[in-house]
Amino acid sequence: MLKKILLATVAVVLTSAAAPAADKTKFDFWFGLSGDLEKRVQDVCGRFNAAQGDFEVVCTSQGNYDAALQNTIAAFRANKQPTVVQVYDVGTATMMLSEAFYPANKLMTDNGYDIKWGDYIHGISSYYATSKGEMFSFPFNSSTALLYWNKAAFEKIGKTEAPKTWEEVEADATKLKAAGYECPVAINISANESWQLLEQFSALHNEPIASKNNGFDGLDAELVFNKTKFVKYVTDLKKWYDAGLVKIKAKEQGQDMVQAFAGGDCQMIMTSVGDHGTVAKTAKDGLSWDVAPLPVYAGVKRQNSLVGGASLWVLKGKSPAEYKGAAAFLAFIAKPESALFWSTVTGYIPVTTSGFEYMKAQGFYDKAPYKGREVAIASLTAAEPSAVTRGIRLGGFTQIRAEVGNGLQEIFSGKSDVQTAIDGIVTRGNAVLRRFEATYKGKTLP
Amino acid sequence: MEKRATYRQWWIGIGFAIPQIVLIFTFFYWPAGQAVYWSLTLQQPWGGGNIWVGLDNFREILSDPNYWASVWRSIVFAGFSTAIAMICALLLAVCVDRELTGSRLYRVVLIWPYGIAAPALALAFRFMLAPQAGLIAFVNDVWPGIWDPGLNGTDAMISVIAAFSWKYVGYDFIFFLSALQSIPRSHIEAAALDGAGVLRRLVDIQLPLLTPTVFFLLVIDITESFQDSFGIVDIMTAGGPARATELMVYKIYFDGFRGLDYSGAAAQSIILMILIMGLTILQFRFIERRVHYK
Repeated sequence: MLKKILLATVAVVLTSAAAPAADKTKFDFWFGLSGDLEKRVQDVCGRFNAAQGDFEVVCTSQGNYDAALQNTIAAFRANKQPTVVQVYDVGTATMMLSEAFYPANKLMTDNGYDIKWGDYIHGISSYYATSKGEMFSFPFNSSTALLYWNKAAFEKIGKTEAPKTWEEVEADATKLKAAGYECPVAINISANESWQLLEQFSALHNEPIASKNNGFDGLDAELVFNKTKFVKYVTDLKKWYDAGLVKIKAKEQGQDMVQAFAGGDCQMIMTSVGDHGTVAKTAKDGLSWDVAPLPVYAGVKRQNSLVGGASLWVLKGKSPAEYKGAAAFLAFIAKPESALFWSTVTGYIPVTTSGFEYMKAQGFYDKAPYKGREVAIASLTAAEPSAVTRGIRLGGFTQIRAEVGNGLQEIFSGKSDVQTAIDGIVTRGNAVLRRFEATYKGKTLP
Repeated sequence: MEKRATYRQWWIGIGFAIPQIVLIFTFFYWPAGQAVYWSLTLQQPWGGGNIWVGLDNFREILSDPNYWASVWRSIVFAGFSTAIAMICALLLAVCVDRELTGSRLYRVVLIWPYGIAAPALALAFRFMLAPQAGLIAFVNDVWPGIWDPGLNGTDAMISVIAAFSWKYVGYDFIFFLSALQSIPRSHIEAAALDGAGVLRRLVDIQLPLLTPTVFFLLVIDITESFQDSFGIVDIMTAGGPARATELMVYKIYFDGFRGLDYSGAAAQSIILMILIMGLTILQFRFIERRVHYK
């Protein structure tokens, strides 16, 4: 008898515990951020799960962007894909040709959400939009490159403002050097820095990276940056490097440029607004610093800078209930309140105008440590994106970035001259593009 | 007359062999066959389709001078790291075998490097070999600019060779030590009675008796240095500066996993497989002749 009662109680407890969970539709979200940012994404997932009772998103970090994409591809081929996946900016071309996704705009309409795509900051949405302006994915974590400068050091040379042109940078760096600063400007030249040195620079100067409007208009695009202002830029950087105005700071040398800036060893760096929080947290005591838009050459009309980061894609082959959940999740992330939360706990910027306005109204940008991050929005919206500054839509761009890194290393180690090395990058990069085109023979970018 | 244990039923033997065959087929022949198929096509990563291109992938790779440079680089890497790992391991094993002070401790400690995962090991070496802040930074204080793996390709290559051979010293050491200890003491004692010194005994008795182990380790180390090096390269140099440490296996990893060029990576791994097979055959043909197994 006692046994029966016990069993009955257990059964009741079990079913009552399981019942609410069973009602919820679970769906998976895979992302590529790790470390502190992984916890922040989990916070977002937790907020979504707490905010409603119908769906439960299960968020899993895959370690980094590359792994998130590879693992998703492997899962997709085995028909075990997550419903939502975060794909980095340069993976956009691959995604668009994959035939593996459920377009975000269609998903939202099908599930009864009215997303105001025009509310997305144009410099951000244009990067992820098709050539016809359709949104197949939701811009998520977004950043752009800024110039970080040491105010105290600039005061010593009688300046209270960051340099706006590269000519000014040269003059200021020379004065800083004369004032005893060993490392006026720090750069790095690995594949990752293609983002600042080539991509951001080209956008700011309204120069193309590739033909066919940076690849938006066709897979037969070819790289062209061996004939643009980029060549002069690299020539100048090398000249300044030889003169000791520019130093290379990389993890291989024991200190990367963000550490070098935060430690007060280097006075100017170009890096993502996403590092704003890192610099604030790790800055040497009393370091007085600020951020400014990246410099342009004198006489150039400043264009918008490019967004970096990732967008959220919804994959094919899931159930209608899971899609309902995904749509609710994406709509939740798009809310201005979510933008404020996300930008507060990370260094990323809001992706919608309403989010930005809401954050301004809440006084987010008025006080340290967040003061200064509005410069990123100013940089992204400096001008209406042109045909060559809306983004980059090239296949195999990870390999092209690696070629850029190799070429820059050849230049800075003195192995070859600037023009030869950049021509080499373009030749090898074009081979990557042709291979990509051949792989997707008969397909066209949307 | 030769006596052999045989089974009455012909299928019993096959039955015993089947588990092995199934394992080898699923984990080796099937994926290898898949790689061959991929290398002859252009695969869309998401599985949207593929195009038969015959030997185009191979033609493209083999006509790239950068690829041949990476083959040559991999051979240099294999040669140096195998030589360094084996010589260091042999010296350490001989010392431990002579029961020098502390040899019991070394015996345990020296195997540890092999157990460390490549990324962790590479990270540690990157810190130690960092020219501006690492343990080695003092050489730049004495001779400014002499050590810079960030920009100097030779320095970068030395760094990855150092890290890789450090890992394999521990592995080789265990084999050398057990081989040394299996040499009958009487041989060495007899030589000692005849007045042979430590070096003489090493060269004339121990080394010749070690040749099977040396040969085994040579084959293993060379094979592993072609295959097991990408983790170290990825963390320490990412193939740079200016491709100076772009080994064949790193390029496969990069093109396949990061660049999503599955067909190109498959073709490269088949070339690598052929190269390793070729080298192993060469070793068996020309070096094994000098090995005395008894």
